[in-house]
Amino acid sequence: MSDHESTYVPKTGIEKWLDERLPIIRFGADYMALPTPRNLNYWWTFGAILTLCLVVQIATGIVLAMHYTPNTELAFDSVERIMRDVPGGWLIRYVHANGASMFFIAVYIHMFRGLYYGSYKQPREMIWILGCVIFFLLIATAFLGYVLPWGQMSYWGAEVITNLIGAIPVIGEPILIWLRGGPAIDNATLNRFFSLHYLLPFAIAGVVFLHLWALHQVGQSNPVGILMPKDSRSKDYLPFHPYFTVKDGFAIILFLMLFAVFVFYNPNALGHADNYIEANPLQTPAHIVPEWYMLPFYAILRAIPDKFGGVVAMFAAIGVLFILPWLDTSRVRSMRYRPTMKKLFVIFVVVCLGLGWCGAQLPDANVIPGIGGGFTLFDGDINTYLWLTRVLTAYYFLFFLVLMPWVGLKETPLAVPASISEPVLTGETEQKG
Amino acid sequence: MTDQVVHDGDGDPNRRDFIHIAAGAAAVGAGAACVWPLINQMNPAADTVALASIDFDLTKVSEGSQVVIRWQGKPVFVRYRTAEEIQEAEQTPLSALKDPQADADRVKAGHDQYLVVVGSCTHLGCVPTFGTGDYGGWFCPCHGSHYDTSGRIRKGPAPKNLVVPDYEYLSDTSIRIG
Repeated sequence: MSDHESTYVPKTGIEKWLDERLPIIRFGADYMALPTPRNLNYWWTFGAILTLCLVVQIATGIVLAMHYTPNTELAFDSVERIMRDVPGGWLIRYVHANGASMFFIAVYIHMFRGLYYGSYKQPREMIWILGCVIFFLLIATAFLGYVLPWGQMSYWGAEVITNLIGAIPVIGEPILIWLRGGPAIDNATLNRFFSLHYLLPFAIAGVVFLHLWALHQVGQSNPVGILMPKDSRSKDYLPFHPYFTVKDGFAIILFLMLFAVFVFYNPNALGHADNYIEANPLQTPAHIVPEWYMLPFYAILRAIPDKFGGVVAMFAAIGVLFILPWLDTSRVRSMRYRPTMKKLFVIFVVVCLGLGWCGAQLPDANVIPGIGGGFTLFDGDINTYLWLTRVLTAYYFLFFLVLMPWVGLKETPLAVPASISEPVLTGETEQKG
Repeated sequence: MTDQVVHDGDGDPNRRDFIHIAAGAAAVGAGAACVWPLINQMNPAADTVALASIDFDLTKVSEGSQVVIRWQGKPVFVRYRTAEEIQEAEQTPLSALKDPQADADRVKAGHDQYLVVVGSCTHLGCVPTFGTGDYGGWFCPCHGSHYDTSGRIRKGPAPKNLVVPDYEYLSDTSIRIG
């Protein structure tokens, strides 16, 4: 599974006996001995944080499934029973619900990290693509889970998201009916969503295994972004354990503090109040908004004035990530040595946050208050979130499809250090991205 | 974690050992604190713990028969015994019993025609069938335990008599179980 020599020596009789028959301890020891670049910063700790998130969600999820009833008549009440009657049920539910948000905070930071440091470039394309698969499965899993409490947001979220598939020409309608198991969102839908919400995390765990396998095959990237030949690694690499297990452990403790602040002091801050109202198929709430981690994609969907076009744009926003390794033409991995691209990247991060912000606003509301009735372009006032969203959406796609290939060919990168230890020994200051 | 304790010259554990032990202890404590809610949630929930007590109208039972009612998820037998059955139960010598108990201890004084027992065989919990078996009481079909007209175990693998639940008479014709 990894490309480095095995250094494990079985000591006890039991270990020797087992090692000849099933070298599972050797596998674990070699796995943890992965030569890791010394210069990894704290942006590299989010992989371990994400692993923890997955474990927390699966553990709390299995436990919640012991008390939850996937039936439209009983689902909402069964969640309330978890909150009121099950020993510690309130804690387990809040950990699971906020755990989803924490998962997405970590995954977005993890992805921006990969983007900035060129972690998707050869030979790491498979790590990146598998990561994109995980991200897509994560969104699907979170959506399915949000439907289960059968509150108002659950119901109407399910209505809207399944209708996205219904927007596909010709085959959309039959697929929609197949997905819902009937003419509308109903018990059949809830029942299958429960089954799939249970299944998908294990699929994610399987892809995570492949993600790590690919990582061990080609090794970690690092902030300098250079590949080290295997024979000259001794100066620049350390075994993963204990150095990076401890570093990751420290980052996990800090992350759990943030997690605990939400779970214990503000458990509903990241949720929507309307999901405490039982689902009503006859009335959509006035202030329906997706969960925060879906907002940027929701904004892209709304920016396009065409039903199917909006769906295509939204899926393309995720789809474009899959081909990123072939869109970036630069040979320099880390944006630390790409001044132009670094600025464009910072703008990209702001644009993504801006898309999230726009997703939470009404499209017709004025961005700058007090300047109403200004210049109308096409189908809306320039000074509305509709047009702001369109500008941001345009930059989102331009960044990947135009700037990445073009800047890579045109720019003059800074001098990249010859080794990982060189910038430290020559006293070059750390540049943060 | 290293399992080799390195000592200073004077034989005391050094600072690094202390940090390792402290970190390990903190990790074990934190792990236990995280695992406990995941275990505890499987204990009976508050709505289950809320003890059910039920009232039962004895006029629903005719002489020589039994009514089975549900109490806390378990079947409860309320049997209106005939004079012969009461006599048979009272005259059984305690030496003939695997779990010796007088019939008077299994019914309320003055109401010895009504036998109230939990209908779970004390072997492995099946529900015994009424009026069958070698002793005129109950017979458990699962592994062949025989109970007499006082619900006492007479033959078969069950170790104990059928359990008499806590109950009281509200009036001559009504009892409250639980």
